[in-house]
Parts: sequence; structure tokens; C-alpha cells
Amino acid sequence: MQYQSQSVAKPYFIAAIGLFIGQILFGLVMGLQYVMGDFLFPEIPFNVARMVHTNLLIVWLLFGFMGSAYFLVPEESERELFSPKLALLLFWIFLIAGALTILGYLLVPYATLADLTGNELLPTMGREFLEQPTITKIGIVIVALGFLFNIGMTILGGRKTVVNLVLLTGLLGLAVFFLFSFYNPVNVVDDKFYWWWVVHLWVEGVWELILGAILAFVLIKVTGVDREVIEKWLYVIIAMSLITGIIGTGHHYYWIGTPEYWQWWGSIFSAMEPIPFFMMTIFAFNMVNRRRRDHPNKAAVLWALGTAVMAFLGAGVWGFMHTLAPVNYYTHGTQITAAHGHMAFYGAYVMIVLTMISYAMPIMRGQKAANMRAQVMEMWSFWLMTVSMVFITLFLTGAGVLQTYLQRYTDDPLPFMVVQDKIEIFYWLREIAGVVFIIGLVLYVISFFVKGNEAKVVADTA
Amino acid sequence: MSEVFTKSMARNIYYGGSVFFIFLFLALTFDTSGKTPERDNHEAITAQVALGKQVWEENNCIGCHTLLGEGAYFAPELGNVYKRFGNSTDAIVGFIKSRPVEGVAGRRSMPQFHLSDEQLEAVAAFLKYVSEIDTAGWPPNIQG
Repeated sequence: MQYQSQSVAKPYFIAAIGLFIGQILFGLVMGLQYVMGDFLFPEIPFNVARMVHTNLLIVWLLFGFMGSAYFLVPEESERELFSPKLALLLFWIFLIAGALTILGYLLVPYATLADLTGNELLPTMGREFLEQPTITKIGIVIVALGFLFNIGMTILGGRKTVVNLVLLTGLLGLAVFFLFSFYNPVNVVDDKFYWWWVVHLWVEGVWELILGAILAFVLIKVTGVDREVIEKWLYVIIAMSLITGIIGTGHHYYWIGTPEYWQWWGSIFSAMEPIPFFMMTIFAFNMVNRRRRDHPNKAAVLWALGTAVMAFLGAGVWGFMHTLAPVNYYTHGTQITAAHGHMAFYGAYVMIVLTMISYAMPIMRGQKAANMRAQVMEMWSFWLMTVSMVFITLFLTGAGVLQTYLQRYTDDPLPFMVVQDKIEIFYWLREIAGVVFIIGLVLYVISFFVKGNEAKVVADTA
Repeated sequence: MSEVFTKSMARNIYYGGSVFFIFLFLALTFDTSGKTPERDNHEAITAQVALGKQVWEENNCIGCHTLLGEGAYFAPELGNVYKRFGNSTDAIVGFIKSRPVEGVAGRRSMPQFHLSDEQLEAVAAFLKYVSEIDTAGWPPNIQG
């Protein structure tokens, strides 16, 4: 580790992995509820499980992004972090606030939580992904401001690299667009319109900057390719992300009461959204092929390549599949959307955080790379999680195609619940794939504790 | 990439492209905010509808259902439920009211939310208002 203060990333990564486990457990609960409707009813109804599943995902990815920033920024800036103490303080605030919010979801009815936290004063709750009580949202803003201050001061006082600045822009955008979560008009069309300014402009906008910056950093480190080359790629990729993604927001404005010209804007621009992801794939493979050193951390390289491929498949291909307005007319809000959501979030954001953890964690534990046995187990977990996510996506796609046909497309459309019964087999298969995923996740956690011949790795690097 | 295409060119595309498309997006947003009132059924927004939206949100209905196709995919679309239930708010009220507390063995069941009559009427009024938004002909049929 080049700078002592980089180690504040460690608790962030540990918390991220812990919350990740929780997210997957609740995913399995929901998967089972799809086929055994009364499972855990009425104690944990589906909506509560889903809220926990999606909110844990968001929170642990934010932990992952913040941890990545704390590790990456000092090294890029060539100085210590502005305030490691602030970083640790914010860690505990965020963790405790997050835990209390999740406990609130699980322990009291949602309406009671809304009442207890004074939702009527500034109603922001009860919208998908933004279910957090208003007070939690305010807490998120405070943590984000403190975090940006800390990171910003570090960058301002140090070397400014493209990686640093792109990361900072992405994180700044993340904080700015989150402010739209406080705007909740009664008018449903307006509500939905600006709700997407948080959700879409996060995941198909500024988060791609964060993803690009972290990927570029790891590739510089593990391949030794000239920074100039990598930074040029980074600029082109994020340029394409924003050029396509900003107007691409229009693919959410087809059927919510907004003017119909959005069907054109949304279709054309979002059809180009796979381009930056495809470039990212070319970029990652190119850099690894042109590597000037063989970094001993094979697992991190695998994660980096995996991110590029899976982000392209999940966000690019599965996004394109239902983004054109005439297709989306039939698929909107079906299991097709769920299929895309799963592989896109895993491929782009879960995997980039795991890439960074894979690269940084051994360094923070005083090694250049984990021992080979640990790496082999980590690579097993990579394949188990990634392949099972491919199958989760394929099974949900199967469910979605049938649902679209039976409920939307045929001359004699069937009611929602009748269709759900008919496609049950796909939900069972998805649940089995989910069990394989959690086995992969357990192996992933174990891989941090596998002992091996540490000396050999050091010898290889020397 | 060849040396003909330099890093500063890449940077300029990033800055120029982003700024241009941010402004285009803002211009489209401005235009949209002028045109949405023709379609968004805002005339129907009453104090009761506002209460209905609050009931909708504070019981996390979106955690199972979709509304105009957005939300969770565990339970039926509700953007057109007013029409599916025969243009009847009473039918909506009756359905929500009649959910069994302990659920239905082996089946998905909507929780019993113990809403007051005022809240029930309000949420039904809210769903009626949403069903009358001009959504460009979506959903394709009454099943949602």
C-alpha cells in the first residue's frame, strides 16, 4: 500500500460484502415467494423482502464505491487522504443509518415506519428504490457531502489524473441527482418523470463514470499499460455513455403520460447505449493483451474482464432487447425488465466493486496478491456467481417472453395471475440458479480466509 | 487507437458531447413540461386523490404492483385497474378490504392493510385518476 490512509477502504469493503450476503438471502426469499405465495406471509410480505433486497443492493454498492474511492484517490493524487478520521466517522454513520432503516422495514409495517419518521412533513417514501424514510435520505445526503468534501480536498491538494477527475465527476453527479428523490409531486406524471432523474441518470449515467474510472484504475495497475492510452479510452467510453445515456432517459417516457415524441428520442438514443459497453469490452481485453507485466493477482484480472463482458451483455444486449418503443409496448413492466435488471446490475456494478475489492484487499492485508489457493477459490466463486446469474437472466427472460405473449400479445390475453401460474417452472429454475449463486458467494467469502504459500506469490512478483 | 486520435480530442468529445446533450435534455424537459398538462389528467387531482397517493406510498403498493408499468412484477398492473374492475371505485375498495389477514394457503395474497374507509375511498380515487392519464395507448389490453 503506497499511502497509509488508503486502508480506510477496508471497513467499507467488509460492510459491502456483509450487506451483499443479506441482499442475496432476501433475493432467495422473494424467489421462493414467486412459487410458494404464502412463504413467510404475513410476517415478511413480498414488498418488504423486495425493499430489503433492492435497498441493500444500493447501499452496499455505495459502500463499494466509497471504499473504492478511498483506496484509489490517494494513490492517484499521490498524497494521503484529506481526513481518514472523517472517512471512518462517515462509515459508522452510514452503516448504522442503513442498518436501522433495514430493521425498520423488517420490524414494523411500512405505514408505521412512515408515521414514526414523519413522512407527512416531507413525503418521499413509497416509491420504487426510494423507499427510505425521509430522514434516512437526509442522512444519505449528509454522508455524501462529507464524503465528497474528503475526496475533493484530497484531489485538489494532489496530482489530478483523468481517473481521479472522472471518478469525482461521477460521484458528484450521484449526489446531485439523488436530490431529486426529495421532489414528490401529487401529479403522477411529474413524479415519474423526475423519479427517473435519480434512477436512470444514476445507473445509465453517472454511475458509468464511476465504473469507467475504477476499471481504468485497476487496468493501469494490473496491466502496466501506459496511462495515456488507458485515459484516452476512458474519455471515449464515458463520452459515449453520456451522449447516449442522457437522452436515452427517454426510453422510460413512452407510457407514463409524457409527449409521444419521447418514443423517437428514447428509442434512437437508448439503442446506442450498448456502444460504450461494447467499447469497454474491447478496451479491457485490449489492455490485458497488451500488458507489460504479469500481475500476480489473476483473480482481479478475471473480475475486470468479467465486468466488461457481463456489463455489455446485461446492460447492453439485454437492455437493447426491450428498449425500442414498439417492442417495449409489449414488454414494459414484465419479467423481461427483471431479467435485464439482474444481469445489468450484477455485470456492471456488482462486478466492478468486486474487481476493486479483489485488487485492493490483498494489498491492504500486506500482500501484492492473495495466495494461489485463495485466488483459485475466488475464481471458482467468480464462475459460480457469474454463470448462475446468466441462468437467472435466461430463466427470467423465458418467463418474460411467455408472460408478454400470454398477457399482452395474443388475441385472447389472460389475466396476470393466470399467466403467473403458467410460467411457474421458470421461477423454480430461477430459484435453483439463485441457490448456486449463494454457494458462489459463500466460496467468495471463504476465499479471504484460505491460507496458502504466501511466499511463492512474493517470489513470483520479484 | 492510433496516434491520429489524441487524448485531448477524446477529452473534447467527452466535455463537448456531455454539455451538448445535457442542454438538449433540459430543452426537451422544458418542452415536455409545457405539453404534459394536455395528457396528465391533472384536472382530476383533488384533495382526496392527494390523500390516495399518500396511502399508496405509505403502504408501499409499488413493492408488489406496477403502476403504468413501473414497480414490482409480483402482482397485477394497477394503472388500469379502475377500468379492469368495470370502471368502479367500489370494486377496488371491496377488493382491498376483503384480503384475508393470514393470506391464502400456497398462494400469493395481498396483505390486509386495515385501511379506514376514508383511506380506501382515497386510494380508489387515486387509481381512477391514474387510469385516465393519456399513456399513448398502453397497456395493450385490459389485463395490464
